[in-house]
Amino acid sequence: MSYFKKSPWLLHYDGSSCNGCDIEVLACLTPLYDIERFGIINTGNPKHADILLITGGVNEQNADIIKNLYDQMPDPKVVVAVGICATSGGVFAECYNILGGIDKVIPVDVYVMGCAARPEAIIDGVVKALSILEEKYTTMKQEKVA
Amino acid sequence: MTHLSIGIAYIFLAPLVGGLLMGVDRIVSARMQRRVGPPLLQPFYDVAKLLQKDTIIVNRLQNPALVCHLVFMIATGFLFFEGSDILLIIFLLTLSAVFLVLAAYASSSPFSHAGAERELILMTAYEPMVLLMLVGFYKVIDSFSFYTIVESGKPLILYLPGIFIGFLYILTMKFRKSPFDISISEHAHQELVSGLTSDFSGRSIALVNIARWYEDVFLLGLVYLFFSFNVLGGIAAVLLTYLFEILIDNTFARFKWEAALRSAWIVALVLGGGNLVILYAFMGV
Repeated sequence: MSYFKKSPWLLHYDGSSCNGCDIEVLACLTPLYDIERFGIINTGNPKHADILLITGGVNEQNADIIKNLYDQMPDPKVVVAVGICATSGGVFAECYNILGGIDKVIPVDVYVMGCAARPEAIIDGVVKALSILEEKYTTMKQEKVA
Repeated sequence: MTHLSIGIAYIFLAPLVGGLLMGVDRIVSARMQRRVGPPLLQPFYDVAKLLQKDTIIVNRLQNPALVCHLVFMIATGFLFFEGSDILLIIFLLTLSAVFLVLAAYASSSPFSHAGAERELILMTAYEPMVLLMLVGFYKVIDSFSFYTIVESGKPLILYLPGIFIGFLYILTMKFRKSPFDISISEHAHQELVSGLTSDFSGRSIALVNIARWYEDVFLLGLVYLFFSFNVLGGIAAVLLTYLFEILIDNTFARFKWEAALRSAWIVALVLGGGNLVILYAFMGV
């Protein structure tokens, strides 16, 4: 049995965006939504995190940072792209320095729609990510045995 | 029950009690912020998950140092409840804390280093008060043993009120509560990210958490000594102390390290030292 569903720790990173989704992510921590109910902690440290939550698109400057954060997270890990900019670049997609969505640099497991994504949608996306996290743990364990 | 069996019971039960206390802490803190908070068993879920997660170890010193941190912490509590010399036990506690700092210095992360430095500062801040407390115990009871103090039946709190308040002050540092959570903080987004534990992952953090459960129970055992003349009253006082620490945690902003060090030494000197001066004046040298 795995305990990832009961204690997912988040790392939140904001790429190129208007910060709207960023603020909605923080709204999830407030008394109204209170994601700590699910044992979720916003760690701010890649080495402690299970879920990488990214808002905003990727640009030339933060591509390396996102890769670095992803590499520093111990397995199993999942990536949730929150908001339309993180999915495809959104309204910034045509800008000269924008590479596009998060999946241009690292593999994304869950896409959350919205501009800005609503806290309910973000929580929903994280919960969806948990079952993927569980799957990844199972495959990780099987690989270790094999 | 012999003292040895109580010591052995500590080894098995302290993580359960410590984990539950931390679960209560998180729920009470959440309610103070008008949130629902996590389930009571959340600290256990966290540790279970951390044990299942991959562990990235940055160099050879890190993990042995953390294991030593846990082992010496268990030894501290075991010897305390087994009735050994408290003076020796405080040395063991310090040794355990030094291993945690060493583990943090093992990495090259600047966050980890800053956290380790702050932990050392906290250690220098609380140590004088701990030693004054021991002097107070010895002056009143003539012994450094848990059971001699308990069996003496003397209400230590009445002899050492200043020392108790001083001890409460530094207890906030040991519990890693705000305003003194400058080296590690479990709360979201402090300026040091996760401070001391920045470069620990998976099993390493689990070790730190388990050591913390042992430490919390040991510290509450020290609080109990002040009220040991009455078993039920003593346990009630210990729980009230814990609730008080949670209240302080939720109502104070973080201190800078200068303020933490200065205030802890002033409190130790005025309340701890003052208490001792009065004690010596009334009880003779």
